[in-house]
Amino acid sequence: MADTFLDSTELVLNMGPQHPSTHGVLRVILKLDGERVLGTECVIGYLHRGVEKIAENRTWQMFAPYVDRMDYVAAVSNGLGYCLAVEKLLGVEAPPRAQAVRVILTELNRIASHLLWLGTHALDIGAITPLFYCMREREYVLNIYEKYCGARLTTHAFRIGGLQYETYEGFEKECLEFCDLFEKKIDEYEELLTGNRIWQQRLTGVGILTAEDCKEYGVTGPMLRAAGVKWDIRKAQPYSGYEKYDFEIPVRENGDTYDRYIVRMQEMRQSVRIVRQAVADIPAGPILAKVGKVIKPPVGEAYVSIEAPKGELGYYVVSDGSTQPYRVRIRPPSFVNLQALDKMCRGALVADVVAIIGTTDIVLGEVDR
Amino acid sequence: MPEGYLPIFIFLICAILFPLVLLAIFRYLRPSLPIPVKLEAYECGIRAASNARGRYTVRFYIVAILFVVFDVETIFLFPWAVRFRQLAWFGVAEVAVFLSILIVGYIWAYKKGALEWV
Amino acid sequence: MNFYLLTLIKMALTALVLLTCCAYAVWVERKVLAHIQLRPGPYRVGPHGLLQPLADLIKLLTKEGIVPSYANPFFYLLAPFLAVALALTAIVVIPFTPEFELFGVRTAIGLTDLNIGILFLLALSSLGVYGIAIGGWASNNKYSLMGSLRSSAQMVSYELPLAMAIVSPLLLVNTLNLREIVELQNGFHFGLLPKWNVFASPVPQALGFVIFLIAAFAETNRVPFDLPEAESELVAGFHTEYSSMMFASFFMAEYANIITICCVATVLFLGGWHPLWPAEYGSDLVPVVLLAAAGLMLLFHAAQAARRRKWDRFTFPVFGVLLLGLAPVFLIPVLKPVLIPFFWFVAKAGFLVFVFIWIRGTLPRYRYDQLMRFAWTFLFPLSLANLLVTGLVVALAG
Repeated sequence: MADTFLDSTELVLNMGPQHPSTHGVLRVILKLDGERVLGTECVIGYLHRGVEKIAENRTWQMFAPYVDRMDYVAAVSNGLGYCLAVEKLLGVEAPPRAQAVRVILTELNRIASHLLWLGTHALDIGAITPLFYCMREREYVLNIYEKYCGARLTTHAFRIGGLQYETYEGFEKECLEFCDLFEKKIDEYEELLTGNRIWQQRLTGVGILTAEDCKEYGVTGPMLRAAGVKWDIRKAQPYSGYEKYDFEIPVRENGDTYDRYIVRMQEMRQSVRIVRQAVADIPAGPILAKVGKVIKPPVGEAYVSIEAPKGELGYYVVSDGSTQPYRVRIRPPSFVNLQALDKMCRGALVADVVAIIGTTDIVLGEVDR
Repeated sequence: MPEGYLPIFIFLICAILFPLVLLAIFRYLRPSLPIPVKLEAYECGIRAASNARGRYTVRFYIVAILFVVFDVETIFLFPWAVRFRQLAWFGVAEVAVFLSILIVGYIWAYKKGALEWV
Repeated sequence: MNFYLLTLIKMALTALVLLTCCAYAVWVERKVLAHIQLRPGPYRVGPHGLLQPLADLIKLLTKEGIVPSYANPFFYLLAPFLAVALALTAIVVIPFTPEFELFGVRTAIGLTDLNIGILFLLALSSLGVYGIAIGGWASNNKYSLMGSLRSSAQMVSYELPLAMAIVSPLLLVNTLNLREIVELQNGFHFGLLPKWNVFASPVPQALGFVIFLIAAFAETNRVPFDLPEAESELVAGFHTEYSSMMFASFFMAEYANIITICCVATVLFLGGWHPLWPAEYGSDLVPVVLLAAAGLMLLFHAAQAARRRKWDRFTFPVFGVLLLGLAPVFLIPVLKPVLIPFFWFVAKAGFLVFVFIWIRGTLPRYRYDQLMRFAWTFLFPLSLANLLVTGLVVALAG
């Protein structure tokens, strides 16, 4: 129909911080015309803890557990990025055995993170059941973590220079068991959702980000790959021995929420593939490189980025030669991806905002740091 | 059968009274500590950005108008359904004419975009 | 005099049973959803959480009832009671059993027998939207407002296919009286397939039944059409601000609506109290067998030491014996003509309620525009076509 007969007033609505589907304490101010979103504004900082500043008052090792508190659903990836950055500064490399175990644990973490995303995203769309199925499988991963390092969520699994702990008896067997089980479970999730007409209707064509948009906003990770850009740091700039493993980068073309969903589902399958390869071939040998008890990196700076479950996670570390970092700057993928929210939401409906926030896969701990 | 309606009215009165009575009785068991912040409208823990009583988008009124048109139509179908056997083909023809007028209206509304939501 | 006394007794009983059913529908919903989702559901209050509804009621009654400062108090308080009163009243016209003789009066389970029962139900369900619309507006909360606007639009839109789906079986039975509708669905095709309206000749109303069910989901604001209270978008939708007894009223209204609409579907399409297959093949024994089997299963589990939990040690044998004792009641000749039809009615309506819950555990939610488009550009033309085809075929068949 042509333009409205009467001007309706613009409705300004706070969505969050206390809202069931803003995934934490994100506050989005929506400008609405009826159900149509005219514009959005993100208000962040409700979970700001000054992680980067804390780093300047801790020794290099002491800061490692803090990074787990950023993206707490993918704590292992955070730890890996930080360890790699400091190792680069030190000029050491983790021993092959440590690298293999790191790959296994980070890929399991990618699965755990994507599972949590899938469950909550489905919940946002109104399918309440997949959450519980996802949590069930995530539990296996967390159990492996618990057996490995004693913690389930904020694991602090890695140390600068390698690993603190040797793998436990039956580690490989449990990982493989999980892989076997999980491949069937992904099919199960896809049966519930992928072909579901309502699910497809809700997601296709919603929150489109083209490849150009992604590049302009610096969007990375599954969102970028859903837009058709084959960019995965594991392939582009391999770290921790990823070049040894045979896996594919799932890519889709449209860059809408449905494609992001598909990309993440396929990524989980690829992660299973990597875990299988890595478990089959864990080299023997030491687990910790010679870094000494007191870490004093030479004066200099280093930037390392890894492919975290949510996108490119970068650590820029500066050393003044002392036992404490001079500056740690973190590039959190959620924070950068969240910038594109307004672009995606304009012209969408209120219900779409929820779907878009869902597939952006933000963790506020990481956005606010 | 006026007595057929009597139970309805008694039941209606009971149904209204039931929650009211419960409300009245339990008033003495319930705390009542109104403070200004508690009585604010809920908007995700933030003070409301604007009043909720603004003018709202006109779409919803179109729904209401469409509903009035088509719901009245369905009500006319009920007597036809009841007297269907007596009216036989005459009734079918009448309703066909009646519905075709409404279907034309429906197609017009569709073409006009009145069924494009939001 | 006897008639009025009986009516009053029946009314009290119906009210009691309906309220209990509403409360336990919540328990059933939570249990079924929980088992779909691999969790035990309510378990703490009473054996297997059986006393949970009572606990919920006490909690809700003793909560502080908040009237937001900018709300319109009169309408704010009116809305939930309007909703619950209308929802509860709708049950009065549902006939649960055929008529029988009791103390010299011909009566039946079911309160009244209106000659325009269907119209009465439609009128009540049209009024049902007021509770939600008024409540959402009076709260002066944007989430509530959006929820109530959505629900008004949704409920009025789905009322059309609902009414159309109701008219098409009426073409077969030609009456608005619910009791007569059920009685006309008596008998079996080929002595086996019941002559319910879903299987009616010459035009089986299976399509009409599906349309009716879909529209019923929307009318009762259930998944996948639960937009008015879409918790992931609108927090709690139209009842965001409501607490205490007012919230409980909305809650009760929702479940009463579900129960009523399932009963209506049973009456209109599933042959009311008529059994699934003829009594010659032993359909009368179904309740006996079911109850006895349930009782024996409980006793069996009670006998197994390993399965015993704290409560189960006591409740399994008690409930087992209770169910076993209940089973032969269905064999008593005097009670048989009442209890067997009543069982079939409850079984069918109960199954439909289960379907409502099952769908909730399975499907995602529609978006507002998709929901409206579905109603106006798919369901409405479809129901119209169904009506016309039914009319033509019935007229052709004479």
